[in-house]
This record gives sequence, C-alpha cells and structure tokens, in this order.
Amino acid sequence: MAQMTMIKAITQALEVALERDENTLVFGEDVGNNGGVFRATEGLQEKFGPDRVFDTPLAESGILGLAYGLALENYRPIPEIQFYGFMYEAMDEIAGQIARARFKMAGTRNMPVTIRAPFGGGVHTPEMHADSLEGLLAQTPGIRVVVPSNPYDAKGLLLSSIESNDPVMFLEHMKLYRSVRDEVPEEYYAVPLDKARVAKEGSDVTLIAYGYMVQEALKAAQQLEKEGIQAEVIDLRTISPLDTNTILNSVKKTGRAIVIQEAQRQAGVAAQVVAEIAEHAILYLSAPVMRVTAPDTVYPFGQMENVWLPNAKDIEKAAKEAMTY
Amino acid sequence: MIDYKKIKEQSNQPMDNFQLLDESGKLLDEQIWNWMTEEEMVELMKRMVFMRILDERSTKLNRQGRLGFYAPTAGQEASQLGSVFALNKGDYVLPGYRDVPQLLCHGLSLKDAFLWSRGHMDGNRYADDFYALPPQIIIGAQYVQAAGVALGLKKRGKEQVVVTYTGDGGTSQGDFYEGINFAGAYQAPALFFVQNNHFAISTPREVQTAAETLAQKAIAAGISYAKVDGMDPCAVFVATKMAKQFILEGNGPVLIETDTFRYGPHTLSGDDPTRYRTKETENEWEKRDPLIRLRLFLTERGVWNEEMETTVIEKAKEMIKEAIQEADKAPKQTVTESLQNMYEVTPQNIEAQLKQYEGK
Repeated sequence: MAQMTMIKAITQALEVALERDENTLVFGEDVGNNGGVFRATEGLQEKFGPDRVFDTPLAESGILGLAYGLALENYRPIPEIQFYGFMYEAMDEIAGQIARARFKMAGTRNMPVTIRAPFGGGVHTPEMHADSLEGLLAQTPGIRVVVPSNPYDAKGLLLSSIESNDPVMFLEHMKLYRSVRDEVPEEYYAVPLDKARVAKEGSDVTLIAYGYMVQEALKAAQQLEKEGIQAEVIDLRTISPLDTNTILNSVKKTGRAIVIQEAQRQAGVAAQVVAEIAEHAILYLSAPVMRVTAPDTVYPFGQMENVWLPNAKDIEKAAKEAMTY
Repeated sequence: MIDYKKIKEQSNQPMDNFQLLDESGKLLDEQIWNWMTEEEMVELMKRMVFMRILDERSTKLNRQGRLGFYAPTAGQEASQLGSVFALNKGDYVLPGYRDVPQLLCHGLSLKDAFLWSRGHMDGNRYADDFYALPPQIIIGAQYVQAAGVALGLKKRGKEQVVVTYTGDGGTSQGDFYEGINFAGAYQAPALFFVQNNHFAISTPREVQTAAETLAQKAIAAGISYAKVDGMDPCAVFVATKMAKQFILEGNGPVLIETDTFRYGPHTLSGDDPTRYRTKETENEWEKRDPLIRLRLFLTERGVWNEEMETTVIEKAKEMIKEAIQEADKAPKQTVTESLQNMYEVTPQNIEAQLKQYEGK
C-alpha cells in the first residue's frame, strides 16, 4: 500500500469517483488546468476532459447555484470552494437552498452535492482564508458536515460523501494537506458517514476532537500516557449530525471528557457535544466536561496565529485538570 | 482623452418596448403569424381569463383564512402566461414567489398550488417529469440555479431551455448577475425574465439602479436581450418563442425585461399600495390591461365573444371550488413526516427525534 498525504488521497478519491460514475462533475475556481490552488484536482481535467472537470467564473453563490441546477439534471456535482472563508458569499445557496431541497420537495428530489473546501488555521494564509466556520453549517439541518483528520479517512469519507444522495460539506483542514502520511489503498473504499472513530483507546479520559485537532489530541494522549494517564481519543469525522452513541460509550467508560475544537468557543460543535454528554451521561462523570477551543475573537491572521490556536499542550493541561478534579 | 460623459450617454439609453398589440387591440405587425396562430391566441386568452378569476378568488380565500401566502398576479398575466405558454413541457421553469400562474400553465394542479400556499409539503411533491421548482422565496436564488439547470440541459444534449423569473428589485441582487454571467460563460440554454412591475414591494424601480433599462444589464454579461411590453400577451409570447429558438441554435442565454404592473398589493400579508403609488398611476396601467387588448383583437376577428368568456369564468370558479375542497382533504402534516424528509439515510439525531415525536 502506498504512503500518501491527505491532498493526494483527496485527488485519488476524486479520480476514483470520476471513473466510477459518469454523472460526477468536478468544478470550481482554478480547478481545471491549474489543478486547484492546493493541487487537489491536479491532472483530473487532463484525464477526464473539460466537460467533467472545469473552471467556473469567480463567484461562490454562482458555483453552488450551478451545483443545485446540475443536481436537478441528475448530475452528482462536486464543487470546490477555494477557501472556506469565502462561504459567506454562498450562504443562501448552501443553507437556504441546497440543504433544504429534499425537505422542500417533500422527499421527491435528491441533492447529491459534495462541496469541498479547505479550512482551518496554522498555515499563514491571508485574512478570511483560515477560519473554522464549520459551526455555521453544523446548525443547518439537511446538510452533513464531514471533517477528515487523516489521509485514509479523507479518501474513504470523500467517496462516501460523493455517493450520498444528500448534500455534504466536506472540510479539508489545510494543515493536514501535507503534514501527515498514511497507508492509503489505491482502489475504491468507503468510510461510512455519521460514524465517529475511536482513534486511540484509553480508560481514564476521553478526548473528543475532529479535523486537525485530532492530531493534537493524539499528541496530547501520547504525552499523558508517559505520565500514566490513559486517554481515549474520539475522532468525530462527521460533526453534523453527530454520532452521539460513540461519544457516550466512551465517556461512560472513562467518566471524563475534554471536547476540542479549533473554532472559537461560543456556540460551537464542542458545545453540542458537551450538551449531549450532560443530557445522557451526567451520572457517569467524575469531573466537569471541559472544552479546549480558540478564544472568542476574530481569527488573527498573521503573527498571533500560533498563540491563538489551541494545541496539544492545552489539551494535556485540561485532561490533567479533569484527572485531579 | 476619455469622454466619460459621452460614454455614459451612449451606453445608458432608454429602449422602446417590443409590442405587437396596442392598447386598443390593434395588430402592429403582420409577421406575428409566423410565430403565433389564432388558436394559440384564443387559448392564451382563456388562460389569462382563468388566472384573473383565480387571482380574485385567491384574494377572497386568503381574506377568509382559507389560503396561506398569496402574492397577487392581476396585471401581470401577459408577462407570466405569454412567456410560459410559449414553452414545451420539457422546458424547465424556475419561478419566483408571484409566479404560480406559470407553474399552473406548465402543469401544476390547482390543488397543489393551494397546498403550497398553505405551507403543506404535499403541494411540492412534484412528479419526476414535471420540470419545475416550487416558487423561490429568496430574491435571485433561482437565477444561479437556472444557470446550473441550463448547463445540465446542455451537457445532456437536450433540446430544451430553462426559464426563470425575477422582478425589478431582483436585478439588484448579486445572484442576478452571477446567474446571467455563469449562463453566458457556459453559453447555456437559459432564458431569464425580469418582470419589471416598477415596485419592489414599495421601492420604485428608479431607486434600484441608474440603468435606463433592466434589459441592458445583459450587455455586461455578453448575452442577448429584449425589452417587451409586458401588458401585451402576443408580444411576450413571440419574444419568448424567438428567444427560445435563438438559444437552441446555440447562441447562449437571453434576458427579457417585461414592462408590466401588479394591480394588487405585493402580498396579502399587510402591504398597502396607497403608501407608495397613486390612483392615477394605477389607472394609467389598467388602460394597458392585457385582457382588454387581446379580447378586443380576438372579438374583432370573430373568434372570441362574451359567451366564451362567461364559460371560462364559470369553469374557473368551479375548478377553484373543487381544488380548495380537494386541498382541504389533504392529510394533516406530521413532525415525523418532516423528519423523514430531511435525509435519505437517517442519522442518529433524526432517529431519536422520530421516537420523541411519535404520533405528532
């Protein structure tokens, strides 16, 4: 099996999808000849032609409106939003239109749109390029929000997303694109949606994270282990809707939970996880559930980025607090 | 040097309406017969009479609390029906919230239209071969979607067009520009209508833009356009037929501005037109009424009379009564049904809520 970065695994997933289903279409700003600004679509136009893989005019709402209309003609659109920070431009088409289509048409129409977008911080991008805006759509009914934490999951989850007859917002953390390598099968495989993964087993405290923060949680778990604390790491994979069962099973076992998100604290995905634990597992807890998040400020592009972003040390600190509560 | 003043004057010019029947019902161009038959005119007349009655009845039903959301249509019959009547069943229609007449003309049942008005989802259970979407509420969203449908039709090699509608206010939206620009960039078979009824709720057309016409907005997107008398059903019909032919010959999208007027309020949810327009303006527009001119023209030719009109009116009243009764029989909506319509594969939260709302 080949060792692969996440960006390569994503390109391969798109390639497999384009091969398997002639109704799949890949489009967005610079995805054609240029292969995307991160090279996620590198070589795809050359292989599948400009009818299947094509550039669009520069307008996010237009790109997703295009996806909506193409889905009505029974295509399986895979639009790319160049940076997730540009999603504000398209909030109506995604939250007001694509996410509502099945409900609005009383279940008579599918909306098999998979919107890919790079997101997350720590790679020194300009303003509006690094935000963690996943919470905006996590509260939107009708669309799944899928966030892989590693190359293997990225390929399998992307293929499942594309095959889904419901829309998926597929968020690719930019820091993961080239920093982690995994064994990734060359051929088709699927990682199921709506299912969290136990990334590391442990019995003392549960670290719940998604996207790049899973890597930081794993680092923290390694450090904690040296001090005799067995942390279990849950990778949410799909953050909306949540796989509450996997979360609760783990928390009931460990009695302690740290919920981690790179996004700002207020009303985020972590808050939803905490609420589920409070509602369904409060009597199993030995310590208050804690959150490790970014502070409630605007994303500080540039110099302050590394201080602002939560990291393994913050997670470790919170876990120790929970252990000694 | 650059003469900005001259450039502005040259590019921003008023445009005459394309017209085939004047207000007195006089035919202005014999070439109409290359595009429209007498039978089609009679049929269009029937549909306009039907819609005028439906508008009256819908307003009454709304006041009685028997209908939900309703955006009055009287005055816009030529724009709405003249255009959709020129299409085929295979063409796609993406309407705005006032465009229920187009959906009815394209094949939606009256019962389903009433259910939609009441917010009953059964009204949106469109058959696979009914090529339309329910009315769009967000101004302009249908324009970008139309570009997508059009690209799909082109990729599938279908000899069909997508037709979408917005109003004068809609042309200020970003989605309006994105939609016509995307369709133009892909030379996709889309026909964009702007029903310029001169008021976006209360805001006059002049406040929307410095552009002399809304049709000229097509120029920036590199697509063709026309400005049509939106009170002239024959002009709208022919403009649509010609546009469709032009589009299907591979010439890219077309934008048509129809110059029209809604007699009633914006919607029946509390809008009061006396706050923003005068009785004199309303009277001026009513003189241009689409039913009056086509009635005069067809009567003169001996193919329309009072008896025919009475028959259509009586039939319309009967159909409306029956459709409301049918709509009343629709099963009560449930939360569980709504939950089931959220996803194809049911996730855990929906599963839990299906139990929570069992029987509701």
